[in-house]
Amino acid sequence: MNPNNRNGLSRLFYNPTARSLFFQALILGLLLYFVMTIVGNVMTNLHQRGISTGFGFLSQPAGFGISQTLIEYNETFSFGRTFFVGLLNTLLVSFLGVIAATFLGVIIGISRISPNWMLRKISMVYVEILRNIPLLLQIFFWYYVVLQTLPRPRDSLSFGESIFINIRGVFLPKPVPDAGFSFYVALLVASVVAVVALTIWAKRRMRDTGQQFPVFWTSIAILLGTAVIGFFITGRPMVLDYPELRGLNFRGGITILPELIALWFALTIYTSTYIGEIVRSGIESVSHGQTEACRALGINEGQRMKLVILPQAMRVMIPPMTSQYLNLTKNSSLATAIGYPDLVSVFAGTTLNQTGQAIEIISMTMMVYLTISILVSMFMNWFNRRVALVER
Amino acid sequence: MSEFIPKPARPAPATEIGVIGWARKNLFSSIPNAAITLLTVYVLWSVLVPFLSWAFVNADWVGSTRADCTSGGACWVFISVRFNLFMYGFYPEDSYWRPNLTFILLIGFLIWLSIPRIPFKKIGAILALTVYPVLAYVLLYGGFGLEVIPTHRWGGLMLTLVLALIGIVVAIPIGVILALGRRSEMPVVRMVCVIFIEFWRGVPLITILFMASVMLPLFFVGGTDADKLMRALIGIVMFQSAYMAEVVRGGLQALSKGQFEGADALGLSYWQKMFLVVLPQAMKIMIPGIVNTLISLFKDTSLIVIIGLLDILGMVGQALADPAWLGYPAEGYLFVAFTFWIFCFSMSRYSIYLENKLNTGHKR
Amino acid sequence: MTQETGNIITLKNVNKWYGEFHVLKDINLDVKMGEKIVICGPSGSGKSTMIRCINHLEEHQEGDIIVDGVILNNDLKNIGKIRKEVGMVFQHFNLFPHLTVLQNCTLAPIWVKKMPQKEAEKIAMKFLERVKIPDQANKFPGQLSGGQQQRVAIARSLCMNPRVMLFDEPTSALDPEMIKEVLDVMVELAGEGMTMLCVTHEMGFAKKVADRVIFMDAGQIIEENEPESFFNNPQSERTKLFLSQVLGH
Repeated sequence: MNPNNRNGLSRLFYNPTARSLFFQALILGLLLYFVMTIVGNVMTNLHQRGISTGFGFLSQPAGFGISQTLIEYNETFSFGRTFFVGLLNTLLVSFLGVIAATFLGVIIGISRISPNWMLRKISMVYVEILRNIPLLLQIFFWYYVVLQTLPRPRDSLSFGESIFINIRGVFLPKPVPDAGFSFYVALLVASVVAVVALTIWAKRRMRDTGQQFPVFWTSIAILLGTAVIGFFITGRPMVLDYPELRGLNFRGGITILPELIALWFALTIYTSTYIGEIVRSGIESVSHGQTEACRALGINEGQRMKLVILPQAMRVMIPPMTSQYLNLTKNSSLATAIGYPDLVSVFAGTTLNQTGQAIEIISMTMMVYLTISILVSMFMNWFNRRVALVER
Repeated sequence: MSEFIPKPARPAPATEIGVIGWARKNLFSSIPNAAITLLTVYVLWSVLVPFLSWAFVNADWVGSTRADCTSGGACWVFISVRFNLFMYGFYPEDSYWRPNLTFILLIGFLIWLSIPRIPFKKIGAILALTVYPVLAYVLLYGGFGLEVIPTHRWGGLMLTLVLALIGIVVAIPIGVILALGRRSEMPVVRMVCVIFIEFWRGVPLITILFMASVMLPLFFVGGTDADKLMRALIGIVMFQSAYMAEVVRGGLQALSKGQFEGADALGLSYWQKMFLVVLPQAMKIMIPGIVNTLISLFKDTSLIVIIGLLDILGMVGQALADPAWLGYPAEGYLFVAFTFWIFCFSMSRYSIYLENKLNTGHKR
Repeated sequence: MTQETGNIITLKNVNKWYGEFHVLKDINLDVKMGEKIVICGPSGSGKSTMIRCINHLEEHQEGDIIVDGVILNNDLKNIGKIRKEVGMVFQHFNLFPHLTVLQNCTLAPIWVKKMPQKEAEKIAMKFLERVKIPDQANKFPGQLSGGQQQRVAIARSLCMNPRVMLFDEPTSALDPEMIKEVLDVMVELAGEGMTMLCVTHEMGFAKKVADRVIFMDAGQIIEENEPESFFNNPQSERTKLFLSQVLGH
């Protein structure tokens, strides 16, 4: 049979376009059927159980307290407000965790390739032990074992009668703005502007004349100097609100909850093991030839790191780093196990129990994390495009 | 012309070899380096000595009540008294042989499959993926003359292992399909796979477990109150297959385009190309990745405590709340940490070993 | 069938684009049964793309490609049929590293032609002998030299008993001393009357075996001629320039 004159149906059967259209339609159909069934079932189930649907509950009064609120909140605020209180608490612990884990991780990573044998081995043991123990267990360990050894409020560890540490948390003095505060802030902003201007000037001068300028140390001096001297010139524009022992606990000042501390420590330490490995492999990924080329060119050790090794290592390090930051943010949801009031604990925990509206609340919670993930992966794509090595 | 006589080799100076040479190079190469060495030794000393004396020297090992813990160190009696609970949960004591046998069979299969010298790997893999799961189900759950032991009595380390292994075994085929779908030329298929993968990867496991425990029952007619363990497993499998899909995708990407073209040029169909040429090669590259996801899954199973299932961490948590044994959280958590560590560390070593083998395997 | 014209491959006004980029412009080509054609031209001229269109590794957007009477259109059956008829040898061999040399050769006969394994192995050994490496049959591709690998790739294609062989720069990835062993096999193959389309820069090979040499640039066929007149009396300026660069040192 001449294959070019087959009848229409068999022709359609062997046409890849037709096949793929049919298959895709089939998938869509099945998916639609699946979703419709589930939606139908959910509706009947909710109806039977007498659970209301929709987002009306968000404006109803919550009626429960939250132990840490970054925005104004009390029992009379709405369930919608609990969402934001929880979200901000999640963001707070994630932010603190990212900063500390990066700092610790870089130290670990550099120790892993140190010329010192002891340091190398100790950091290796640190990584191998702590990353093979579940994070939840580490949170429990900090919360139930380490922090439980702290004294009662009456016997607090005190530092200069202004910082107190006890089993209820850490109590710090709180700076309260006083007269002349806005002037002080303006002064600080001016110093930042000055530093930026200095950097630009130094760069230009180096380009034009080749002369170098110690920008880093000068900037630090300017910033610190303005902060300290300006404080006194503007007539001490802040007063400190000291925590005081009243009855069984401290009042005033800033309270850092033990839950926050345990979660922060555990997240930091767990994530730092991963960041340490990323830093190590990032630096090791820059070939030995680069180091040798730098030596041959007479570039010194510090410049070599700054000008040659780090720019190349960064390219390798930043994508896995960002995904570790994302992991840390997602892992902060383990807060719920020790009662730190993060998004999952407050909103998908207490609020869910009070209202019973599982579908709406879980979806909103998931959307928050999804949004963060999508933002981060958008950043990562942008970054990868930007730093991609130019190659054929 | 005089004949060339090579000079005899001389031994290296003491600063280059031996203990002194080694120490000079690695510990005291410069003043800051020496300072670091001394500092780390001091820190290590001041941490390790008290810890070791607490955990071993001054520890109590034998006994049956807390009255036996008298020496002021660690009270390991707390662990030994409840050891069986930590391992099996509330599984009936006279049936402990069932999980034991399941576990021994598992070890047997693992040895068969992971040690390169043992032959008949294919038969082993087929048996491990077909016969073994059925056998394990019957042994653990019951049926065929064995007493049925409902899943709410399962717990401890046994539950941790069951969740991690089922999660990984079910997730692999789903992951392969998702990864192939993600590379498909059909936009609908690609979209569906991408959304599925990115959704489960984008949210924390804890919200998935919440979803599985509070939302999932609403999805079925009459709101079937499906087994709690089953619901957790569904959540874990969804989560895990999304991660597995990314591992598979990495494996596929590591193959050169030439392999796909070579298979096309020979006239192989899509599925022949995938199963004869692409996947056998990609699988090899993927195994370290699969082991790594297994490690994180193994650690993540501890999260089921939050939805009220009692794995080893949950059992220890319960034991800590026992009024008769208050005050031993350090012992309890260290024991769990050690158990998890043994599993995770050995798996990670195996995966590193495989990676090294892969890196050298392709060379002539 | 199209035996009456005697053409095994016909390209009629073939056009192809990669996105905005026009790679192939109005390609017309007839290949007779048993003809040996060498295609040359600067890199990026579209010569590889053209022969990759012939077994549908690349899809062309306009025009017709007819191979052995089968029109290459959007029909999976036709594509499968053509790929059985047309063998291809790649620049980077594209052997399957997880299979032995013998398994590489028998894979397609067993799975595509549904041949019994014994028979497939017999045929494979026959062709491995033809390319002079029967003793390597049970080794893996990674254990062979580049020249040996390329000969295995040729044997692998021959095992499908193709009517046409496409060569996509088969010697470009090889060390000089290995080029000869591959070219020898190709010359021998040509001597047996195989229809061959060969993208190569080996001008010696072209002079020796080609019935026709085609020169391509910028997605067009600039010139086609018998090797004698192609090398000694090129018609276009572009060809002259190219030849002076290739042969000039």
